[in-house]
Amino acid sequence: MDLNIFWFVTLGILLAGYAVLDGFDLGVGILHPLAKTDHEKRLFLNSIGPFWDGNEVWLVTFGGALFAAFPDAYATAFSGFYLPFMLLLCALIFRAVSIEFRSKHDSPIWRAAWDWSFFGASVLATFLFGVAVGNCLNGILVGADKEYAGTVLDLLNPYSIAIGILAVATFAMHGSIFLYLKLEGELKERVHRWIWHTFGCFIVCYILATIYTLVSVPRAIHNFENHPWLWGIVILNVLAIANIPRAVFLGRPGYAFFSSSLTLIAFTALFGAALFPNLITSNILPEYSLTIYNSASSEKTLNIMRIIAFCGMPFVISYTAIIYWVFRGKVKLGKFSY
Amino acid sequence: MSELLSTEILARLQFAITIMFHYLFPPLSIGLGLILVITEGIYLKTKNPIYEKITKFWVKIFAANFAMGVATGLVMEFQFGTNWATYSRFVGDIFGSALAAEGIFAFFLESGFLAILVFGWDRVTPKVHFFSTLMVCLGSMFSAVWIIIANAWMQTPAGYHIVGEGMHAKAIIDDFWAMVFNPSSMRMLLHAIIGCWLMGAFFVMSISAWYILKKKHLEVAKKSFTIGLVLAFISSIAAASSGHLLAERVAETQPAKMAAMEGHFITGTGGAPLYLFGIPNSEKQTVEYGIKIPGGLSFLLHWNFTTPVKGLDQFKSEDRPPVGITFQMYHIMVTLGMYMLFITSVSLILLKRKKLFESKLMMKIYCFSVIVPVIANQAGWIATETGRQPWIVYGLMRTPEGLSKSVKSNEILASIIMFTLIYILLFLVWVFVIHNKVKHGPDEIFPNKKRKFIEENNV
Repeated sequence: MDLNIFWFVTLGILLAGYAVLDGFDLGVGILHPLAKTDHEKRLFLNSIGPFWDGNEVWLVTFGGALFAAFPDAYATAFSGFYLPFMLLLCALIFRAVSIEFRSKHDSPIWRAAWDWSFFGASVLATFLFGVAVGNCLNGILVGADKEYAGTVLDLLNPYSIAIGILAVATFAMHGSIFLYLKLEGELKERVHRWIWHTFGCFIVCYILATIYTLVSVPRAIHNFENHPWLWGIVILNVLAIANIPRAVFLGRPGYAFFSSSLTLIAFTALFGAALFPNLITSNILPEYSLTIYNSASSEKTLNIMRIIAFCGMPFVISYTAIIYWVFRGKVKLGKFSY
Repeated sequence: MSELLSTEILARLQFAITIMFHYLFPPLSIGLGLILVITEGIYLKTKNPIYEKITKFWVKIFAANFAMGVATGLVMEFQFGTNWATYSRFVGDIFGSALAAEGIFAFFLESGFLAILVFGWDRVTPKVHFFSTLMVCLGSMFSAVWIIIANAWMQTPAGYHIVGEGMHAKAIIDDFWAMVFNPSSMRMLLHAIIGCWLMGAFFVMSISAWYILKKKHLEVAKKSFTIGLVLAFISSIAAASSGHLLAERVAETQPAKMAAMEGHFITGTGGAPLYLFGIPNSEKQTVEYGIKIPGGLSFLLHWNFTTPVKGLDQFKSEDRPPVGITFQMYHIMVTLGMYMLFITSVSLILLKRKKLFESKLMMKIYCFSVIVPVIANQAGWIATETGRQPWIVYGLMRTPEGLSKSVKSNEILASIIMFTLIYILLFLVWVFVIHNKVKHGPDEIFPNKKRKFIEENNV
């Protein structure tokens, strides 16, 4: 495997890790208004309490790795998607401080304000992630100078908005399954019922978005013609999705969570398969697209970073495993909770 | 408006606002992290429950502060790409690997173990908890390591070659370790980390002094204060020494910055003076209203009073950094550093004579002195960054060349307004939350009850 492909795959792994892990945090945020009492709201928050911060690091590392491996793609995407990225940052800031500060003061107005901010920030961040993915699939106006030549409104095209809505539905489902895993008692039974709704929304959005993609982004299945094994991902994806209602019906939350995580991993893999070898597709001329070759750092840097990644990854995986092990089981409110 | 508020000014303003706001929080995290390691270490060694109480109290404040550092830090990482795209293309090959290493080695470490530090008291054994505290402290320092290496490379680039020309030029890495150990990285790192320790120590002393004045939580306050004071005293000496090392290196590698920091306009033939304060006037090429030590600068850099030091007249006018702000910020930092050394020395003597905590004046001084390391840290960085101007990467790329080409000035203006409003709100909330925590004070500890909990739960 050449270094450029290695880094394309590594970015995919980081993105998939982010989607699976922070996906449930954002999903809990999207579902947060469904919690009725203050006690329930705190249970929701504390279900993600020890994890959300570490989960967000996957995004930070994805950003750093994109900067390092494909600086031109990083520069074009971030300067081109200027205002959406600023809004995304704003959303992520509000999410972080809402979680941290909400329960630190005992006043209904204070708490209600942070509750809404937590919900709004989670929905907005998820939607914008979806819009970014949609624009990557759909292609944007990139000129010969590698600079974005469109406007903000070009980024909010119907296709990208559709993918944004799919993202919200997907994370809401993923979050509801996570809550099903972490809660107990009557609240758990209520969450169990919500899953059917979130799953229903998801499946409708998923089917519509798939049709939309096949009709309007023919490039998305271009790689599938040359590499038929990629259909294996599609089959995996469908099986994982089909397994979610089965596991929920059988009352096995861990199994359901595993299936929805696999769904997100398969989504990321399909996204990568549709893009390859482009990172940013130009709608002006295909030759202007930023690929994993023309936007990459030098071979030396890619190699150094591969060493860094190989040294660091075992640590990252072991910390993540330790944290999830220490905080396993049902969420309980204690003296140190949010 | 477009003339007055050019894209360059706005992009620089935005970077300044967001980085300065961000830099309020990580130094406190790094400093408090070290103090947590010390207090929990003492607890583990002595089993004295008062140190458990102390540690738990500072952990709560640490957590509230950490969230702000994370939230504002994300902005910094993305901002290189949004506002400084051409710069990002230029340095990506070099800068990127430092940033990626930071994510993999530092952020995962600190954010992972932070969960155990904050929420894990009842879930792990005391030793594992202490290990987590240690990892959070190390992680926060590692994150300083990589970002400062990247910044130091912008001051003194090393281990690279340039390919391409004009707007398509790129710096390509030749030698990773030469990049990591570039001439200024280790000295900058040392100086910056020590600045963070001062921040943590003065923060702890400020809150403790307030408790002592209010005669509340005296045992916690006095013990915390003493730890803070010792750390602050050692750090003040270390800050001065590391600052001297760094200044020597700046004089070698970035003489224009050194000259601007000291307001040294004319090289001359004899020794260069050292101004204690003054107002540099670039038009008249002189420092007005100043008090100077003749030959002082030569002495600091060359150990004699007569060797000439390169002045600003040795540089073309388009290569000179702005003198006024660089001079003042540098002098503010040095003055405040001296103040911290002085006040901590006096306090140590008073502590030995058992008069420190009885002195209302000293406690009041410490209440307010929390602002001193904040200003010193900020001023030091401003001097470093303005002193590098007009370059974004010293000698290789000028600041306006680094801007994003596809971003319009009104977009930057909109985001500046957005960030300013958000940051004001966040700052008020942060102060409110910290104030609440301080007012609430440390929680009582019930050692037996806790031990029972651990036994029951088989942790």
